[in-house]
Amino acid sequence: MTFLELKDLRIHFPTDDGLVKSVDGLSFSLERGKTLGIVGESGSGKSVTSLGILGLHKGGRARISGEIWLDGEELVSASAEHVRTLRGKKMAMIFQDPLSAMHPFYTVGAQIIEAYRIHHKVSKSVARKHAIEMLDRVGIPQPDRRVDSYPHEFSGGMRQRAMIAMALSCDPELLIADEPTTALDVTVQAQILDLMRDLQRDFNAALIIITHDLGVVAELSDDILVMYAGKAIEYGTSEDIFERPEHPYTWGLLGSMPRLDRERTERLMPIKGTPPSLINVPQGCAFHPRCTYGDRTGGKSTTEVPTLLESEGGHLVRCHLSGDVRRSIWENEIKPNLEAP
Amino acid sequence: MATYIIRRLIWAAVMLTIVSIITFAIFFLVPRLAGATPESLATRYVGRTATAEQVKIAAEKLGFNDPLVVQYGRFAKGIVAGADYDYGPGVEHCPAPCFGYSFLTRLPVWPDLLDRLPVTMSLAIGAAILWVLAGVATGVVSALRRGSFFDRAAMTIALGGVSLPIFFTGMVSLVIFSYGLGITAPGGSFTPFLDDPAAWAYSLILPWITLAFLYAAGYARLTRAGMLETMSEDYIRTARAKGLTERTVVLKHGLRAALTPILTIFGLDVGLLLGGAVLTESTYSLPGMGKYAIDAITNQDLPKVMGVVLFAAFFVVVANLIVDLLYAVVDPRVRLA
Amino acid sequence: MKRRTTTGAAALGAVLALALSACGGGSGTTPKDSAQPAAEEAKAEFNAGLTGVVNPSDKKGGVLKFANEGDWDSLDPGDTYYGYSWNFIRLYGRSLLMFKSAVGKEGNELTPDLAEGMGQPSDDAKTWTYKLKPGVKFEDGTAITSKDVKYAVLRSLDKEVFPDGYTYFNDFLDLPKGYKGPYKSKGVNTDKAIETPDDQTIVFHLKQPLSNFDYFAQLPATIPVPEAKDTGAKYREHVIASGPYMFEKNEIGKGFTLVRNPNWDPATDPNRKALPDGFDVTTNVNADDIDNRVLSGDLDVAILGTGVKQAALGRVLGDPANKANSDNPTSTRLWYTSINGNVPPLDNIDCRKAVQYAANKVDYQTAFGGEFAGGQIATSLLPPAIPGHEDFNLYPPGADNKGDLDKAKEHLTACGHADGFETNIAYRAERPNEKAAAEALQQALGRVGIKLTLKPFPQADYFALYAGKPGYAKDNKLGLAQNGWMSDWPDGFGFLGQIVDSRVIRDTGGSSNISVRDPEVDKMLDQAMAETDQAKRDALWTAIDKKVMEDAFILPGIWTKSLIVRSKNATNIFVNDAYGMYDYLGLGVK
Repeated sequence: MTFLELKDLRIHFPTDDGLVKSVDGLSFSLERGKTLGIVGESGSGKSVTSLGILGLHKGGRARISGEIWLDGEELVSASAEHVRTLRGKKMAMIFQDPLSAMHPFYTVGAQIIEAYRIHHKVSKSVARKHAIEMLDRVGIPQPDRRVDSYPHEFSGGMRQRAMIAMALSCDPELLIADEPTTALDVTVQAQILDLMRDLQRDFNAALIIITHDLGVVAELSDDILVMYAGKAIEYGTSEDIFERPEHPYTWGLLGSMPRLDRERTERLMPIKGTPPSLINVPQGCAFHPRCTYGDRTGGKSTTEVPTLLESEGGHLVRCHLSGDVRRSIWENEIKPNLEAP
Repeated sequence: MATYIIRRLIWAAVMLTIVSIITFAIFFLVPRLAGATPESLATRYVGRTATAEQVKIAAEKLGFNDPLVVQYGRFAKGIVAGADYDYGPGVEHCPAPCFGYSFLTRLPVWPDLLDRLPVTMSLAIGAAILWVLAGVATGVVSALRRGSFFDRAAMTIALGGVSLPIFFTGMVSLVIFSYGLGITAPGGSFTPFLDDPAAWAYSLILPWITLAFLYAAGYARLTRAGMLETMSEDYIRTARAKGLTERTVVLKHGLRAALTPILTIFGLDVGLLLGGAVLTESTYSLPGMGKYAIDAITNQDLPKVMGVVLFAAFFVVVANLIVDLLYAVVDPRVRLA
Repeated sequence: MKRRTTTGAAALGAVLALALSACGGGSGTTPKDSAQPAAEEAKAEFNAGLTGVVNPSDKKGGVLKFANEGDWDSLDPGDTYYGYSWNFIRLYGRSLLMFKSAVGKEGNELTPDLAEGMGQPSDDAKTWTYKLKPGVKFEDGTAITSKDVKYAVLRSLDKEVFPDGYTYFNDFLDLPKGYKGPYKSKGVNTDKAIETPDDQTIVFHLKQPLSNFDYFAQLPATIPVPEAKDTGAKYREHVIASGPYMFEKNEIGKGFTLVRNPNWDPATDPNRKALPDGFDVTTNVNADDIDNRVLSGDLDVAILGTGVKQAALGRVLGDPANKANSDNPTSTRLWYTSINGNVPPLDNIDCRKAVQYAANKVDYQTAFGGEFAGGQIATSLLPPAIPGHEDFNLYPPGADNKGDLDKAKEHLTACGHADGFETNIAYRAERPNEKAAAEALQQALGRVGIKLTLKPFPQADYFALYAGKPGYAKDNKLGLAQNGWMSDWPDGFGFLGQIVDSRVIRDTGGSSNISVRDPEVDKMLDQAMAETDQAKRDALWTAIDKKVMEDAFILPGIWTKSLIVRSKNATNIFVNDAYGMYDYLGLGVK
């Protein structure tokens, strides 16, 4: 049985201006101990997806359809109360910008203790001991002292460690990290990523890393899902995405990625244009207004919505270009540019 | 912390001195600049058709012939060191803090202030509890059910509450509830708490509600706005992600943060409550500081005005100090320096 | 004569009351008390309290609740100067003489209180002797002697300690030079001013003849004060009672309660029924709330007696039941406009007369609140309640009371300003009524070309620095000035003394008379003050009134009326003309 599986998940928000289709037919699956990277620009639906898995859209204005299977349970149709009891315990989340994601009026310890005690009927002192352990585990020095510090008294990296400690305090089986390193310095980013990799191994959790930065997922992820305008446009193993990317958008992401592990390319190649409105998604392929290769689709890109099709060995791509054309463009036009010294 | 408090208290003393000088100037310097003489000032404090001789005597007795600096000095000295007062058959010593003797009743002001303080305190505490509870509760529910019927109705009533003057709501509620239905105490009722707590509450329930209504409305709007803002904060999402119940999320995480700015306003409001108390106490004829103030101003009874202004200013300053201290307790990010 | 009128009114009242009962209005079903003189009884209808006793009863007991929108100037009999206070003070203090507790004009009559009889004047009216009744006691049981009365009067002379009172005794008693009252002039022999040959006799010696000294003898300053218990400025906190009630509790600024004085002996006091067991008085009560509470029956008396406020006016006049339970007495107050003969061209009598004719009295009345809350249009100075009043009108303002413009123009021509002239009108800035009246005059006089400019002045300094300061008024061309006067007691001297005597005008300002300068009037005033025969004296007051009107120094506006509401719980309700409000001594509880 697959540990986590999304089937045709749709999360739509009615607004005064129209229906915002933040997530529009998303499917993927993930096993324990594996890491999935979800990559996309802001507004692509990746954060909405993660909140959707946690059930945080329930009771709001969102219209949710499709299925989310977690360890044999379907969550979309489950009651809000039941999903709440799973939150924090079975699945936990690490947020971007821990300064705003942690309550400014409570100590770091109190916030970890609170998280622990919701799901474990233990005394405060036991919970506190556990919190100190967790802080120690994520590498915070003098955890018995720092447990009583307020978030603003921590450095950015320390806060993110504390945030991770909080998320892991109940030993979750699914951990979602939403832009876990965006707010951090580059050196600290690397430390946090190392920490997460170690912890995931220790806890044997399924990990979803959400980011707009391919560099973050490069080393951690087993699989990578590229989202655009609420839809998956490419899905494959880390190797598929980095060595044989087939979607023009993924090429764009790779081109605009400053990489630590390679020589700096002479210049970044950002994707032209801006992400589309989610209310008036462009006709045909949502990416076509920004796509350099639309003219090679025989006009289909502006009229027909492409479907997500398997290219080879589980590598899925949503593109009108034929497989040969895509491979040829990658090999001849994109890759040389990226790898040029 | 201690140095902070001491510094604030010294500053408070300076403030009070400035306030007293300004009040004094409004009463004596400004009329003098406008051409008033000691005698013309004294005409306010003698009987009608007083003769020139009578007015002269009064001006002398009230010390209006002295230079203003001397007059102010006498007032300040009274507060610090007390004063002596000739009441006819003998001389009475008015111990510090002596706010002087009323120009009209010739009675010392300080005992009056102490006498009236419990009334205003009773009014203020009761009303404050009511308005905070009612205002915050309404604001929270409105924020959580934004756009609902409750929200719209509550905010409409709140708008009315902020806009309607107390003398109107007060008079209308007296006519309806006291004189019409006979279920609340008539105007002018006050029983000290220590005499009979039930009668105390009974006599104040209408003034409390009237005064609280005015403030509750503002607090409801403020709480609603604060809650809407905090409930969209990242840490609320975190709290939910931890699996907290919605109740805990709203009360422990949301309201706690939303209350912080309200605490500031609350401190100011309680300090400045005398403004509301003036109207409420006038409308309900409650013998408190507010009524005392308005009577004193109407009668241009300067020692009373000075007394009540300084008293009120003192409370504003103290209330602000307490709020600042509380703020540091509530919000750990604030450090007093 | 009077009695017949009352009966007629009562009969008419009965008819009206029946009609009112038919439509739900309460007419009051008072149980007839056989002890009550039937002719005095009045049915509960509008103005019934002016001519008869509403709800007559001799039932004792109960407590009456009074409320004051402000506070007493002082409860000290030597330091109080308000009509309502003088009305009320009779409950706890007994002066030598007093106004009868009686309906209407009869209330204007003086009657002995502490004294056995009226004052015995010497032939020159400079010495007045009173004999005290025996057996009258203070609340503590000590006998009241003439020395207590003398002490009370002497202490009231100290205007430093008692600045609120009048100076009648200061001005008329033949005091030792430099005498400043018993506190400052300790041990000074004052027999030259007041003698007490024995404990029951008191003799006042005056500097000048004073035919109506009996009015002085009713002043609260003659209410005895025991020297041993006098606390000067603080005596107001605990006045030692000589009347039927004494202070139980007194919190200045908040209120007080009166309870029965066990040492008051009704045998010594034919004037007071003392029906209630006590009085509960609250001060500094919201004025509108007072009206609402009196109307609801929660409160018995709005003690100021100046009438309901604007907010309640409609409720009283508009509701037949409420209206039937109210009275509209005329007080002894005149609102008027001073015409300053020092300011050209008003130095010309014809110009002054033009003003008299051009004025629109109806608008003037409206400015002060109209017929019920404002007052009745005045045609002369002396109000109807004051003996000596005569109905006359030297400047008939046309059939509609809105002015006689032809006559006005005639006099303008005679004055040499056929096309009118320009001048200013002063009023007290804090008083919207005076402003409205000034605007009404501005409009009315404008019809004949007299152009008025409004000049507001602060009320505190109105007489001392502006309108009442001759130099300022002249330099700033204050040709007209809003003014008002209420007499201290219902006689010509009390009313006219301060407003038509040119000798009270001082260059330093501060006098209420700001326009009447006629040596002949001064002479007539002196004559009246020496005339001990009341009828002759009253005739002189009439003559003075006419002379001032002929001089056209004063444009009379209105004699004020107030709309007062009877208590729902009280008995024996009637208006006493001496105070122009309900007689507080007469009231009982149902």
